[in-house]
Amino acid sequence: MPLQIEPRLAPSRLANVLAPLVAIVLALLFSGILLVAVGVDPLETYRAMLRGAFGSAYAISETLVRATPLMFTGLAVSIAFRMLFWNIGAEGQLAMGAFAASGVALFLSQSVPWLKGPALLLAMALAAFAAGAVWGLIPGSLKAFLGVNEIITSLMLNYVAILWIQYLYYGPWKDPQGFGFPGTARFPDDAVLPRLKDTAWLPQLFDTGRVHWGLFLAIVAAVLLWLVLDRTRWGYEIKVIGENPRAARYAGMNIVRNILLVMIVSGGLAGLAGFSQVAGISYRLQQGIVVGDGYTAIIVAWLARLNPFGVLLVATLLAALFVGGDQIQITMGLPAAVAQVLQGAILFFVLASSFFTQYRIRWTGRRAAVVGEQ
Amino acid sequence: MTTPPLAVEMRGITKTFPGVVANADVHLAVRAGEIHALLGENGAGKSTLMNILAGLYRPDAGEIWLHGQRVEIHSPADAIRLGVGMVHQHFKLVETLTVAENVILGLKEPAFRLDMKQVAAEIQTLAQRYKLDLDPNAYIWQLSVGEQQRVEIFKMLYRNADILILDEPTAVLTPQESEELGHTLRRMIQEPAVRHPSAQKAIIFITHKLDEVIEFSDRVTVLRNGRVEATLNTAETTKAELARLMVGRTVLFRLEKPPFEPHVTEEMRREVLFAVRDLHALNDKGLPAVRGVTLEVHAGEILGIAGVAGNGQRELAQTIAGLRRATKGQVLVRCGGPDGKLEDVTNRAPQEIIESGLGYVPANRLGTGLVGNLPVSSNLILKGYRKAPLSRGPFLDRTSIGQFASRLISAFQIVTPSADRPVRLLSGGNLQKVILAREITAGKAMMVAVNPTRGLDVGATESVQRTLLEQRAKGAGILLISEDLDELMSICDRIAVMFEGQIVGIVPADKASREELGLMMAGGHQAPTEEVAHAPAN
Repeated sequence: MPLQIEPRLAPSRLANVLAPLVAIVLALLFSGILLVAVGVDPLETYRAMLRGAFGSAYAISETLVRATPLMFTGLAVSIAFRMLFWNIGAEGQLAMGAFAASGVALFLSQSVPWLKGPALLLAMALAAFAAGAVWGLIPGSLKAFLGVNEIITSLMLNYVAILWIQYLYYGPWKDPQGFGFPGTARFPDDAVLPRLKDTAWLPQLFDTGRVHWGLFLAIVAAVLLWLVLDRTRWGYEIKVIGENPRAARYAGMNIVRNILLVMIVSGGLAGLAGFSQVAGISYRLQQGIVVGDGYTAIIVAWLARLNPFGVLLVATLLAALFVGGDQIQITMGLPAAVAQVLQGAILFFVLASSFFTQYRIRWTGRRAAVVGEQ
Repeated sequence: MTTPPLAVEMRGITKTFPGVVANADVHLAVRAGEIHALLGENGAGKSTLMNILAGLYRPDAGEIWLHGQRVEIHSPADAIRLGVGMVHQHFKLVETLTVAENVILGLKEPAFRLDMKQVAAEIQTLAQRYKLDLDPNAYIWQLSVGEQQRVEIFKMLYRNADILILDEPTAVLTPQESEELGHTLRRMIQEPAVRHPSAQKAIIFITHKLDEVIEFSDRVTVLRNGRVEATLNTAETTKAELARLMVGRTVLFRLEKPPFEPHVTEEMRREVLFAVRDLHALNDKGLPAVRGVTLEVHAGEILGIAGVAGNGQRELAQTIAGLRRATKGQVLVRCGGPDGKLEDVTNRAPQEIIESGLGYVPANRLGTGLVGNLPVSSNLILKGYRKAPLSRGPFLDRTSIGQFASRLISAFQIVTPSADRPVRLLSGGNLQKVILAREITAGKAMMVAVNPTRGLDVGATESVQRTLLEQRAKGAGILLISEDLDELMSICDRIAVMFEGQIVGIVPADKASREELGLMMAGGHQAPTEEVAHAPAN
């Protein structure tokens, strides 16, 4: 074959930027054909999506609200993936975080009198982090001590966690005054993350919308994570273990300890996503908190190339896609499936484009060189 | 008596990979009815040559003749059609299928109806003919490694292979299994070839073990650096001659040993820097690899370990560095360098061994010694990143790391456009310089180095050897494990020979002869010149 695929020796900056952009254009073209086929004006649809996601302060706020849990879970997954620990369990870790935060807000705050104001929120966040960390430590220790495949265990634990919180809000924690609605009672006011529009000392970026302090927490988490990964000995160890575990062992790094520590942070961050959702959005533990963000996080982390700031950006763009997709259902009366096709096409093209950042295709003329191993 | 007909003739085979000449104008003639050994060190080009015969690679030049006919082998399927079957070192069996299922896997016949009972019966009949003990209905995962190998060989017989290639067949076998394999091979070559009933089958086996050549083969072809050194009748040669041919006489650059620096006194050079006493360790397969090794490395000394690859040298180095468990015996290191105390560090964590000041240059540069995708600077700090000034508390000090990296790059003349370049893009010689720079800097005048010059060109080899000699002049103690006898003889003070996990002799390098070392490498005899090791110092 005169065309030959070969790995890039050094990453190309141009390809890194160009590939996803070209992919998005191709995805829009591809979806455009589909839209025309169902008799919809594609340009009009895209404009409506863009307006839905970024067209107003309220739209932007909704996009950021949608992005916040994806930021947490994306960060959670990316630190684990850096060490080639395939944590598929962010979904369950998020659920356990939501459970622990709700428990503190509803019950512990009743029995501990000084848990008030900021102390209560702090306690909820810590509890959520700890619960997520414990949930992450289960597959972590099974892998570290017994070599059990973490993909299976972390995935299975998702179902356990999700069913556990369902049991709680359908059963013992169900609000007696909730008219049979599955969910706990509303949190006390102190257990609520303030919305940005209600925060007086902030410049009024948002005078409307539900965007809340969880967003700041996610940004802080990203900065801290970047600091750890890029500037500390521990981050260096994670990098070395992820790239070459044998070299890591040779350099005297403790791989077991690192797996456990990374899963504490990874699970903890996913747990914070749960805290941010119950304390910032629903104010109670209820249906609709665990909606796949732990899985979408895998796409977020991968597209962001495991870079914490990349995670913030990609989470926002994906959230825009989701929110914009919801909007065209409302404003243009398109079926939900159309929005999902659009989302799918864009993700598909962008993921496929990453091939071109790692490989290049070369015209080799008549005779293809034999690729042999040496 | 006339010479038996040739089953295989490879003429003028040349094969290059990017940057490496794997085979250069290789001629190989294998007679029908013989077991032909292909002997050579790792990287000598044995496997490449056989992969060409088995259709996995195409040669750049050269011809292949089978039973007097010129053939073109484009694929493994072609090879099998022509009667060439290869058993790879790593078996290609499906563990969850039975022996019978594995045997027929990939065959085009039967085309439609598969009668496993009939297949099993056929297998039984054929197996009996070769006296192979096989249960067609056993699952592969139930079988021992030796039995799995039998299935692989049988697969080739079932495909009517007339020429069987075995890649390091005994590497995975116990001595008893090896012996049994020998009997099987003997029986096989007495059978007539399916395609040429007037001739017999032929067997080629790839090995770097001298004993096997002597034990199994009728003739032997020795490869070195991709070229044929000689083809000999096994009965007319000796292990010593084979060892010499295999290891070869490379160009000797007479490296002058630089004189000791003034602070390295006679008295200091009597000091033991690190030692092992009656050390035992297992290999990855759980078989004894190091079997009671006692050695002492003194200040200002390079102690060489010679031996044919696979005699426990790698395991010895790993056990000293804390990367492999010692099952018995002791590793002693003068913690903190020449001024420290000799401490028992047996089975301590690798980090503690590093902190004791023992450097380790592993055999596999990119596999173990370096992190390919990380920059040169990150690789230079791999051993020292825990300590100031490279790190402060939990944080890495990027300024110090930058200074440290550029200091080492210039001191050790590492050729790289910048310290940020991914280390895998450096040449082999520069990779080794990165490792040496790091191990010398992080260590305290003590080092274990395994094959530090393997695969390097002449210039890089010399530079690495010079670096080791400079360290010696500064009073360092170095344990140098090498498969290159010339290297050992030119830069070591003493040479210990390792055979089957034991030290069979230690000779002063200036009194050692290649013949004597070669003989010991083949398990020949104890060296009379010196005690196996110094008496343990109390």
